[in-house]
Amino acid sequence: MARIELNNLAHQYAPGGDYALQPMQHVWEDGGAYALLGPSGCGKTTLLNIISGLLQPSQGRVMFGDRDVTTLPPEQRNIGQVFQFPVIYDTMSVFDNLAFPLRNRKMGEDYVERRVTQIAGMLGLEDVLKRRAKNLTADAKQKISLGRGLVREDVAAVLFDEPLTVIDPHLKWQLRRKLREVHEQLNLTLVYVTHDQTEALTFADKVVVMLAGQVLQVGTPQALFERPEHTFVGYFIGSPGMNFFDCQVDGGEALIEGHRVAVDPAMAQAAGEAGGLLQLGIRPGLIRTAAAGEKGLTVQVENVEDLGDYELVTGYLGSQKLHVRLEESEKIGSDGLEVVFPREHALLYADDRLVGGGK
Amino acid sequence: MDKREYQWAWLMVLPVVLIVAFSAIMPLMTVVNYSVQDIFGPDSRFFVGTEWFKEVLRDPALHGALVRQIIFSAAVLFIQIPLGIGLALCMPKKGIGVSFALVLLALPLLVPWNVVGTIWQVFARPDVGLAGVTLNSLGLDYNYTGDSLDAWFTVLVMDVWHWTSLVILLCYAGLQAIPDAFYQAARIDGASRWAVFRYIELPKLKGVLLIAILLRFIFSFRIYAEPFVLTGGGPGNATTFLSQSLTTMAVGQFDLGPAAAFSLVYFLIILLFSYVFYLTILNMDREG
Amino acid sequence: MGSRRRYIFLGLWLVFLMLPIYWLVMMSLKTNQEILSTFSLWPQNLTVDNYIKIFTDPTWYPGYINSTLYVLMNVVISLTVALPAAYAFSRYNFLGDKHLFFWLLTNIMAPPAVFLLPFFELYQSVGLYDTHIAVALAHTLFTVPLAVWILEGFMSGVPKEIDETAYLDGYSWPRFFITIFLPLIRSGVGVTAFFCFMFSWVELLLARTLTSTEAKPIAVTMTRTVSASGLDWGLLATAGVLTLVPGALVIWFVRKHIARGFALGRV
Repeated sequence: MARIELNNLAHQYAPGGDYALQPMQHVWEDGGAYALLGPSGCGKTTLLNIISGLLQPSQGRVMFGDRDVTTLPPEQRNIGQVFQFPVIYDTMSVFDNLAFPLRNRKMGEDYVERRVTQIAGMLGLEDVLKRRAKNLTADAKQKISLGRGLVREDVAAVLFDEPLTVIDPHLKWQLRRKLREVHEQLNLTLVYVTHDQTEALTFADKVVVMLAGQVLQVGTPQALFERPEHTFVGYFIGSPGMNFFDCQVDGGEALIEGHRVAVDPAMAQAAGEAGGLLQLGIRPGLIRTAAAGEKGLTVQVENVEDLGDYELVTGYLGSQKLHVRLEESEKIGSDGLEVVFPREHALLYADDRLVGGGK
Repeated sequence: MDKREYQWAWLMVLPVVLIVAFSAIMPLMTVVNYSVQDIFGPDSRFFVGTEWFKEVLRDPALHGALVRQIIFSAAVLFIQIPLGIGLALCMPKKGIGVSFALVLLALPLLVPWNVVGTIWQVFARPDVGLAGVTLNSLGLDYNYTGDSLDAWFTVLVMDVWHWTSLVILLCYAGLQAIPDAFYQAARIDGASRWAVFRYIELPKLKGVLLIAILLRFIFSFRIYAEPFVLTGGGPGNATTFLSQSLTTMAVGQFDLGPAAAFSLVYFLIILLFSYVFYLTILNMDREG
Repeated sequence: MGSRRRYIFLGLWLVFLMLPIYWLVMMSLKTNQEILSTFSLWPQNLTVDNYIKIFTDPTWYPGYINSTLYVLMNVVISLTVALPAAYAFSRYNFLGDKHLFFWLLTNIMAPPAVFLLPFFELYQSVGLYDTHIAVALAHTLFTVPLAVWILEGFMSGVPKEIDETAYLDGYSWPRFFITIFLPLIRSGVGVTAFFCFMFSWVELLLARTLTSTEAKPIAVTMTRTVSASGLDWGLLATAGVLTLVPGALVIWFVRKHIARGFALGRV
């Protein structure tokens, strides 16, 4: 086990071509559960394959602890990988599948026996050890793929490439819970690639959001939700995504088509200095309705959806669209909805990046 | 993929059954009919029961041809299947090399069968052929028209030339169907090249190999035009295979009854072998 | 195996495949005196006399047309009947499905020679003797089972959800099959057509038996023309080259489609 460090890493598939991965600096802490989240084609799988050694980066180093593994082939990296579609060896029994990585490394047969039994027990595969792997269900097959990664004691990290794609929805959460259990028992570094935010947010301690070969933000699910560092993170995470309004700053306030919104003064100042296209962002759930007598912003309501626990209001502030989450009891007035953007939740973005940075 | 039980699917299969049955069933029944009769002419035939079958099964010339045939087909399978798999593994996976190689590989398959014989006749003749002259100038006394062993060797090499491409093409397609993830997983698991072949490639090729083996077995067992043009079955009877003995009997000697009986025995032999291959390979799925 | 060694092995194999064909072409360009007297890798007196001799003989032209016609008919018939059948095999279980497939295969097992006579009688009795359609039908015996098998492979690669979605959207089966499903397995159909073409083009025993003048295939015309004139090596080689040309042309024109079909990898 080891921390994984990516030093100035970047990748182009063809020399001089577009970057599949923009240069990045990143550390995966030992024992962490990370999710790599982003839309298809954002470079998640490329990054994963570079870590596992299936792909050589065109620049930068990959370090496992103190060891530089950049040029090592996958079999020498002590990595497990679970793919989108279950990869199992059809002609082998479940036991032989799990034993395969150990036998390839010429481990003693009684050690193999002990280790495979232990891992099978952990994954709940002990009853099917003698069966042909081919005839099992997709979720059992994915467990076998996972087991082949776990069976080596020296494994540094297990990588997952959208492993739940072919699993029935009702089995997905079971398998995900199994993963968390395994993670807690073995204290392994796990990296989990997905384009599904729910999967990422429920699985990981830390989520890495990527877009177009670039890491936009690394943070806890809560940080991604409360302080997205990039407008894309705001859009992509949360349902519906964050509201963004084009604005200007004027003293300690933001101006949205003449509406004045109070923001953090330090942030407003930083935004003034940053220049570029300024936007104000706020989560639909963090907007509150104005109290009686309080001066609010008037939202022209277009549509209200009842989503059970809450109501989702779609409307316009000036000419710009927004979503607001309301508790059911709250009412909408005849001339629209009076709302307040609480100062601590209103964030400013210059050219898509959060201004004022960290907390 | 699990399939649905659906008997109406028979309707979709029906056209195939009808069109194949049209050409298959009538001739088979006619042959059965011949095989139990003594035929002197269109209007004079006598029922002779199993007479012809007994005669055919006792005929030493046919025993000889059968033995040669079995050796030939076995040799064909033992050479062409491993060679075909090996060459398929050598094919580039993508790039311009692929269509280039495919064009060259497919060429021998597109040669009409009697012309295959002509090509090899021209190529292997010790007096005018490139291969024949070269072998002789290397000090080998090679002459396929005079020496049985040389004739055998030439027919076998000709068949390898003609048909190995089919095995290569089928296996190549089978290999292309294996997703990259399998190779990647195997690398991560530390599998050797041999293990990748044994546990990934070979199992995934099972389906195409079944067809390759069946087609190669069947076509080699009924080989006719190529050796007939090349060696005429000689020298002596060295390269006379079953089809040719049969033709001699049916056309040359006009023994239609025994020839028909012989055909049926022949047909049953192929059927039996093929069924054994078919079941063996299908059943590999069900173990465990 | 290193990739260089693999390509060397493959390259040697391709050279081996081409040598006999090279020699055939060379001999067709030599005079008979040269063939018999000297041994040379390249014609010393390049001549196209053999080609002129064949091209000036009008009897062989129809052979090309006949072969092309019955091969095309065979490809069309084989695909038409094999497509729905392959769909049934790939999507459903039904009574006797596995045995049916084996029965289809048994039809290529019948030894020629004796079976040729009943074939002749059958097609004569239905009035199809010496027609292109007779040869095309007879060839379906082996092209149809092969087509069913190849297409089944390609179809099994298409997820079933596509069918189900289409039915939910109110597509009838024929409309779904033609407008949605067929385009998805286009390359597969191409590969299948190629294999049907191949087996129909090279088969001669049935083709020769079922025809006399009107539908006689090229390879038969060619060899008869030549054998009538005794053992003339140059002319024999030329006839051989000329029967190779159509096959070589077809494979050249469809090479991209074949490569794409193979890349889908489901033969």
